[in-house]
Amino acid sequence: MTTDSHALTPSDHSPVGGLAHDSRGGISNPVLGMLLFITSEVMFFAGLFAAYFNVRANAPQWPPVNPASGELFHIAILPLVGPATVLLVLSSFTCQFGVWAIRRGDRTAFLRNFAVTFVIGITFLIMQAIDYFTLGQEGLTLSSGTYGTTYFTLTGFHGAHVFGGVIMLGVVLYRGMAGQFSARHHDAVEASSLYWHFVDVVWILLFSLLYLLPGKTPA
Amino acid sequence: MATTALHPAASTYRSTLYEWITTTDHKKIGIMYVINSFVFFFIGGVLALGVRSELAQPGLQFVTDQAYNELFTMHATFMIFLFVIPMLAGFGNYIVPLQIGAPDMAFPRINALSLWMLPLAGILLLLSFFTGGSAAAGWTSYSPLAQDRPLGATGPGQDLWIVALVLIGTSSILGAVNFLVTMFKMRAPGMTLFRMPIMTWTVLVTSVLVLMATPVITSALIMLFIDRNYGGAFFDPAHGGDAILYQNIFWFYSHPAVYVMVLPAMGMISEILPVFSRKPLFGYKAFVFATAAIGALGFSVWAHHMFTTGAVYLPFFSLMTFLIAVPTGVKMFNWIFTMWRGQLMLRTPLLFALGFLSMFLIGGINGAFSASVPVDFALHDTYWVVAHLHYVLFGGSVFGIMAGLYYWFPKMTGRMLSESLGKAQFVLMFIGFNLTFFPMHELGLAGMPRRIADYASTAGWNDLNLLATVGGFCIATSMLPLLWNVFVSLRSGTPAGDDPWEGNTLEWATSSPPPPYNFDRLPPIRSERPVFDQRHGTASSGSH
Repeated sequence: MTTDSHALTPSDHSPVGGLAHDSRGGISNPVLGMLLFITSEVMFFAGLFAAYFNVRANAPQWPPVNPASGELFHIAILPLVGPATVLLVLSSFTCQFGVWAIRRGDRTAFLRNFAVTFVIGITFLIMQAIDYFTLGQEGLTLSSGTYGTTYFTLTGFHGAHVFGGVIMLGVVLYRGMAGQFSARHHDAVEASSLYWHFVDVVWILLFSLLYLLPGKTPA
Repeated sequence: MATTALHPAASTYRSTLYEWITTTDHKKIGIMYVINSFVFFFIGGVLALGVRSELAQPGLQFVTDQAYNELFTMHATFMIFLFVIPMLAGFGNYIVPLQIGAPDMAFPRINALSLWMLPLAGILLLLSFFTGGSAAAGWTSYSPLAQDRPLGATGPGQDLWIVALVLIGTSSILGAVNFLVTMFKMRAPGMTLFRMPIMTWTVLVTSVLVLMATPVITSALIMLFIDRNYGGAFFDPAHGGDAILYQNIFWFYSHPAVYVMVLPAMGMISEILPVFSRKPLFGYKAFVFATAAIGALGFSVWAHHMFTTGAVYLPFFSLMTFLIAVPTGVKMFNWIFTMWRGQLMLRTPLLFALGFLSMFLIGGINGAFSASVPVDFALHDTYWVVAHLHYVLFGGSVFGIMAGLYYWFPKMTGRMLSESLGKAQFVLMFIGFNLTFFPMHELGLAGMPRRIADYASTAGWNDLNLLATVGGFCIATSMLPLLWNVFVSLRSGTPAGDDPWEGNTLEWATSSPPPPYNFDRLPPIRSERPVFDQRHGTASSGSH
């Protein structure tokens, strides 16, 4: 061994504590790439959120009246959306437990946690699909005015990102079950978990906006 | 051995083609970016000739109103999204890893993906001509013009346009991630951030702009798509949407996009001016900070495209727009004082760089006029704006691209381009450019609006329009010496050697064209011009 090589530990020289490392101890290329990609995704959702705020601000009342039924549009937290939100937040934790496990080199715990995350992701998508179906039956669709358009576009693109995240988790899980990843080499695990947390944060914002923020009545 | 049974020559052609299509080498990808961009440059140029031919005289001679709308829409679309932006990304692809002493980009396969999305998008756009008409709502595609209802743009052309732009945007975003990771993670030992060549710095700032701005237009395009195809209500006032919202989101991207289109060209001439003046760049750090300042300010000026909507806060956006003139002025001083008392070698790259300098200066000055709110109210949507944007994007970006092409062609191919043909191209292009676009200032002041196919013969715009058309064909003619030059050079050009210009930066420290993975060995990097240091022995000031 030469003097300038040494075994790297997860706390070595990292600008982002605990993330995976390259040979010189910095943040690894795939993890940095994922962080930058998430930056662009944030800006994508910023565009959609801006549209939502703009449409909402222009509307005389929010939620507006459904021209088909004459009543106000209404979306319910229970029975589906509330539990789905809890599940998705929970999945961020299981995902992170998986990352911590692989950093320790505990592949069993990593696989178990990622499998749970993966299943929760699919469950969320199924619940969202059921919710869309129910809303459609109640007369709220993509083409029912600004309310329906913004609701389905924002939640729909979030759903598409959950779908992308589930595929990422699935690939990582498959590779993990095939025997890949170790305490030193697990960039894909770190990167996919970052993406999953991002998807989760977007949902928390969306949920707060669409379900918790009080509406406004005509002045 | 049994495996060599196939005669080597039998598979040569196919394997070369296969190798280029499947390559992940940043140099081959960069060259394909450049070729692809030139193809769409010529297509966009033909469309521009259509526009100029129609406008040469009053009356409708060649095309219908609708076809004219398609002409100028697709001219701008090709030129902006499939020529200038990818062309600069292509040069960045080729040059950046070389300049920082890296073997390749950080994600070579994603790099290939970014490339191949572009011809796909181009084919989608070209297909739209055969599916009942292309997009015709202008490259801005404002609502309700771009909606099927109640005006104009019918048919799938507008939808193909949206899909193509989303593809190009995705390509740009992936490219930006790739550039940033490459620059942050793959620099050679000794290549600190403040020793990175200016070209690399401008690509860095450009990548940040792409990363932050391009996803925003993707969201706007998707909302437009939902409006058009799924009965959405984002932008169409008839359905409760807000047309101004589209303009805000669109320009939040499209103003930074202007800097995406010009910053790397500024980087190119900042490589060329020092080399051909035999001096270091004057004020390297000031230049870097000015570039970053332009990038940052670029996010706060978008609404100056919307002064006349009455829906934006005029003093703020006017002030911010004027502020951008400050870092741009810093760069002008950088360039001029780089040349000051230098030993100017008037070769073709320097000529095009000087073309950039002078034409971009005019584009900056007439832009400052438009930044003034009362002046803009008079000039909005007139030919003044057409003059301004072409002085910036053609006089700026295209002259910069030509300068870069003449400068780096020897590195990319190992062959020199002809000086006399290059100078002929420069003279024709410079004269043609000014004949075309200078009269447009006057036309704009005389009140001629943009995007009209016809005008009254009594309006007093006849002579200047004819002049502009003559200039347009002069620009087209200037492409002939370029094509002939490239053709002759590739067949029988003078071998370039590693470093034909006595350059400063690391791409000149390897062979022409460079081998796969670029370098066997690197000179010590102690400043922003390591090859100059090595040639003149000034690198010994270090501790080794």
